[in-house]
Amino acid sequence: MEHLIELKDVYKIYQMGTETVHALDGINLTIDEGEFVAIVGQSGSGKSTAMNIIGCLDVPTSGTYHLGGVDVSTMDDDQQAEIRNKMLGFIFQQYNLIPKLNVQENVELPLLYAGIPADERHERAIRSLERVGLADKRKNLPNQLSGGQQQRVSIARALAGNPSVILADEPTGALDSRTGREVLGFLRKLNEEGDTVVLITHDNSIAVKAKRIVRLQDGQIIYDGDASDPRAVVQPTLSGEEEEDIPPGVFHSEEGQA
Amino acid sequence: MNISQSFRLAVKSLATSKMRALLTMLGIIIGVAAVIIITSLGNGMQNYMNDQFESMGSNLVQVQIYGRGMGSSRTIEPEDMYALAEKYPDYISGVTPYVTAQAKVRQGTEEYERTSLYGVGESFLGEQGSTMRGETLATGRFLKFVDVDRFQNVCVIGAYLAQNAFSGDPLGQTISIGGMPYTVVGVLDTVADLSEGSGDDIIYIPYTSALRLNGMADANFYMFTSTTRDTASAAKGIIENRLYQTFQSSDYYFVMTSAEMMDAMDSMVNTLMMILILIAAISLLVGGIGIMNIMLVSVTERTREIGIRKSLGAKGKDIRSQFIIEAGTTSAIGGAIGIVLGIIMANVLTNVIAFALNTTNNGFVAVPTIGGIAVSFGVSVGIGILFGYLPANKAARLNPIDALRYE
Repeated sequence: MEHLIELKDVYKIYQMGTETVHALDGINLTIDEGEFVAIVGQSGSGKSTAMNIIGCLDVPTSGTYHLGGVDVSTMDDDQQAEIRNKMLGFIFQQYNLIPKLNVQENVELPLLYAGIPADERHERAIRSLERVGLADKRKNLPNQLSGGQQQRVSIARALAGNPSVILADEPTGALDSRTGREVLGFLRKLNEEGDTVVLITHDNSIAVKAKRIVRLQDGQIIYDGDASDPRAVVQPTLSGEEEEDIPPGVFHSEEGQA
Repeated sequence: MNISQSFRLAVKSLATSKMRALLTMLGIIIGVAAVIIITSLGNGMQNYMNDQFESMGSNLVQVQIYGRGMGSSRTIEPEDMYALAEKYPDYISGVTPYVTAQAKVRQGTEEYERTSLYGVGESFLGEQGSTMRGETLATGRFLKFVDVDRFQNVCVIGAYLAQNAFSGDPLGQTISIGGMPYTVVGVLDTVADLSEGSGDDIIYIPYTSALRLNGMADANFYMFTSTTRDTASAAKGIIENRLYQTFQSSDYYFVMTSAEMMDAMDSMVNTLMMILILIAAISLLVGGIGIMNIMLVSVTERTREIGIRKSLGAKGKDIRSQFIIEAGTTSAIGGAIGIVLGIIMANVLTNVIAFALNTTNNGFVAVPTIGGIAVSFGVSVGIGILFGYLPANKAARLNPIDALRYE
């Protein structure tokens, strides 16, 4: 059976001055339709780079990436834009709604770029807003909504294009814990309804809401398995580095002197 | 695809920052208004001149004779010119010397310093009852052959003098010209606005009398009329031939038809207009640079928006066309404002000029041309698109990852 997402020997190497950074250091990953996967890692682990490549916002330095059976790792910018439009729905930490457009217009954007006629656009946008329970707010501007509502609008926007994969990048990062739970519950519901969801986060407590966890460290996958497995949430220790004991009161005394 | 939305977005973003929008468009507004004003004035000027020529008659041929100087045996006398008219009746229908006389005009205690005084022959009045300058008689008669032949001190006066010097009843009365009493035999209809120094402040006397007043032997200016408009250039050729016979050089006279004069004036006005439009175009250029500047700022400000749009599937060309439409809309609105402003200014200028020239009827009207409006609107939109391209291209080429991360 063909995998929906298939990364093979993916490397992403940046040249930072004289230093070479392996943001992704040989990643092999497959995700099938209907899965709910959390990609977890601390900052610098390569999870953002992985998300950019899975989201077709970037191409790997080497290796291949097949999305829906199509090799997208060698596509140019416009071809990638088309893939993003047709196959991917993004949910960002900062919601990333366009402030000058009202809720419905924001939700319609991916459909607009897909060249869908106005009538169908309106209809699909409203249907999508109904799924997140915000159809009555469709004429509001984003800044007239609460954070949680804005994130739901961005979910509606991600859903509007009927994507194969929903890619959520720290979707709860800007929300309080209650609305964060709501949004996560929503992603689970979408998954139960058949959508493939890929969640990128640094937070174990959020990652465990997914069915499967892929843990990254230093550009490599160090765990890939069921979210209920206790090993999935084990915080890896930094090899060769012990936390230094900072004598209590050091910071205070410095502050006192200032 | 998303033209209407881009257009709406552009209008929306202009409306949310009106001051900035106005400043952005200012260069275009001024440039377009200037072009409209210049073309309106030029057009009005041409219309005005054409009307003037038309009223004078389009089959007029004017002859200026410089002569070979005092004592030269090569001279042209009025008889020579009259002979031409007799010899070529198919081409020349009339001829008269036209002598500008310098003399004091006085009636009672009043001196008329701005009155124009011309010496003409009887054929200055054409067969249709109007003079070669388009005037018609109100009462009395025009100058006759006998007046010219006998150096009679008679005159035909304009409506201004009839009203001011004679309180409306001038026939048979006398007016002092160069110290001599001239009997008024005819009064002209009103041609201008009855003011001092206008076309109504005029006196025609026999050219023989005018030459005597000036102390000159021969007239140096003649007016011919050709039989039709089409024979004007043939008549010109005939006159030039005759003058060349006498002077043996074309340096001593100048013959010009009304049509040529009109063309010369038209091309002069056109040249002037083109120069002024070029200067106004500099303002359009500056306006375009202003738009480019603001668009570059706008692209930077909206980096994140561009990133969002790209992540949702906007291609380079979608982003590019959005910003180009925005720039085009900005400059088009600027152009429209400039056109309205220009038309208003042209109307104001019409009144100012009419006031300055002291003419109310058959005067000068600055009329905006449809062509001028269409071209300046087109140019302003074009400038927006041209100068919007660079910023739009910059936006289109932004990397979506960097753009999304931009704060």
